[in-house]
Amino acid sequence: MRQDASLLRAEGLVRRYTMRRGVLGRAVDVRAVDGVTLTIERGRTLGLVGESGCGKSTTGRLVLGLEAPDAGHVAFDGKPMPPPDTPAWRSLRAQMQMVFQDPLGALDRRLTISEQVAEPLAIHRIGSTSDHAERVAELLHSVGLRADQGARYPHELSGGQRQRAVLARALATNPAFLVCDEPISALDVSIQAQVMNLLLDAQERLGLGMLFISHDLRAVRQVSHRIAVMYLGRIVEEGEPDAVLQNPAHPYAQALVSAIPQPGKTGRIVLQGDPPSPANRPSGCAFHPRCAAAVPRCAVDAPILKPRAEDGRLVACHVAQGEADTLARAA
Amino acid sequence: MAPLVALHGLKVSFAGQPALRGIDLSIAPGEALGLVGESGCGKSVTWLAALGLLPGKARIEGSVTLAGLELIGAPANVLERVRGGRIAMIFQDPASSLNPVHRVGKQICEALRLHRGLTGAAARAEAKRLFDLVGIPDAAQRLDSYPHEFSGGQNQRAMIAMALAGQPELLVADEPTTALDVTIQAQILELLQSLRREFGMALVLVSHDLGVVAETCERVCVMYAGRIVEEAPVAQLFAAPAHPYTRGLLGALPPITGPRRRLAAIPGGVPEPWAMPPGCAFAPRCGERFAACDVGTPADAHPAPGHRAACLRAATPQMADTVMA
Repeated sequence: MRQDASLLRAEGLVRRYTMRRGVLGRAVDVRAVDGVTLTIERGRTLGLVGESGCGKSTTGRLVLGLEAPDAGHVAFDGKPMPPPDTPAWRSLRAQMQMVFQDPLGALDRRLTISEQVAEPLAIHRIGSTSDHAERVAELLHSVGLRADQGARYPHELSGGQRQRAVLARALATNPAFLVCDEPISALDVSIQAQVMNLLLDAQERLGLGMLFISHDLRAVRQVSHRIAVMYLGRIVEEGEPDAVLQNPAHPYAQALVSAIPQPGKTGRIVLQGDPPSPANRPSGCAFHPRCAAAVPRCAVDAPILKPRAEDGRLVACHVAQGEADTLARAA
Repeated sequence: MAPLVALHGLKVSFAGQPALRGIDLSIAPGEALGLVGESGCGKSVTWLAALGLLPGKARIEGSVTLAGLELIGAPANVLERVRGGRIAMIFQDPASSLNPVHRVGKQICEALRLHRGLTGAAARAEAKRLFDLVGIPDAAQRLDSYPHEFSGGQNQRAMIAMALAGQPELLVADEPTTALDVTIQAQILELLQSLRREFGMALVLVSHDLGVVAETCERVCVMYAGRIVEEAPVAQLFAAPAHPYTRGLLGALPPITGPRRRLAAIPGGVPEPWAMPPGCAFAPRCGERFAACDVGTPADAHPAPGHRAACLRAATPQMADTVMA
């Protein structure tokens, strides 16, 4: 297996939805994802951080090919992603799996845990039916569930145990790539730690590439090798977790980091206002109405994500790039 | 100082299964107290029981007094004056606490009529003042909005405005920021702090997030399986947690600086109410358990002034030292 080549590469992803305001309202174009480029390597995790409505879950669906992008493309293992619901895409799905926030919603209440963990094996015709029981037992063990818990139904398990079951099912096909969309948000603190440890173990064992989507910067730091901060459909900053968390460059990333609750913390940046709706995207930099560092250029000229001169950190901000006063370059 | 609210031996059970197993707690006027614990530990039930908001099938024992007035078993008209008047409560999901078919301003005016006897233009003027106070921009127009026209953060601000309508002496905020984005959470915590300073109102912040509590409160109670297992001033709790469960919670929180280590997850899960361990409820998950832990519920030890921990290890410092080392 090539260790260095990127597992998944997404370029310029755009996803638009049309939304009608009111019964007779005009149709509005909503750009949920607006030009996202990202790379995920084998055995590495990209943490995607942002607030509700910033497009991070849509990005997760786009990179899995669950939705087709309106622009841009996704390459998995060097080959273009086939369109959704084609036979080629379905066979690729064995290598790409997803874990969601709500494990009860992701599990079928009428089937036992073992039956559900065995399902992907049957769908992708992996091994003979007689081997399945053994493989299921092995998978349950790997996520810390007892064999007898396999005979239970989802409602008989706790939230943490259900998320383990979902993870066992996701790992059944030996995937190369896993998208985790807020996998721990619905769990208690002590259980969150268990699930994060499991994800890290699975990654080490299987060399998984992961996209870890979360609003929790602590969790993202714990599991990620790189992090990307999203705001209103765009990545505004990307870099090594410790670099971004200790010295965030984008004013939005600075506010997010400063909002992490911490004992004895003072001097928090409190942002004014709510995150804007993607249906009503501000001109220029989408963050400028809430930004304390905004200059006139920010209202007219959307910054692009590019390496910062001093350290190569990817950041989309005129001020952080030191280009605040050069108004309107030739586009 | 005489406590504003005092809970003594508060016990609640549903259909014979215990949800609260003896809560002793007092809140001084103007104090900010944090109540931390995982789902099902009884942190919300404590306040629902105190305010008589639990369904009839719940069995409640013990005592809750508000400045000497007993609330458990108090007649409905007494409780109605206390609820929303002297003690107000806000919940996790503001959108479901507001009535979706009434304008937000109308709902606040209703609270003002009930608790302060204000009607008509006086109520509306006061509602506008409250909206200004909680930082809802364009207050006069926004009073005529419906809850769905507000964002999650604005709905929580509206709920806080409604809670303030009765000029409460104590505000119980049950996971007030859990459903909100992190930047909005910061706004709401800031608002609660400034309101408390301005009105000298006591605050009980119920949360699963130790970080949120650490920043907002002066004193913290950690709950586990229907009991308070540790209580301490906030700095003391973080500097020298005495109960293994508190240490476990702190260890399970990923750090934001320093080297990344494997998280010290607490093994297992919270015991079910029908299968409560015979001794310390945390013993089955505890790495420091010894034989005596299974015998009976541990009594409170007092490692420092104002610091209590219901743990046999905390009661015998020399043993605790060997464990900490």
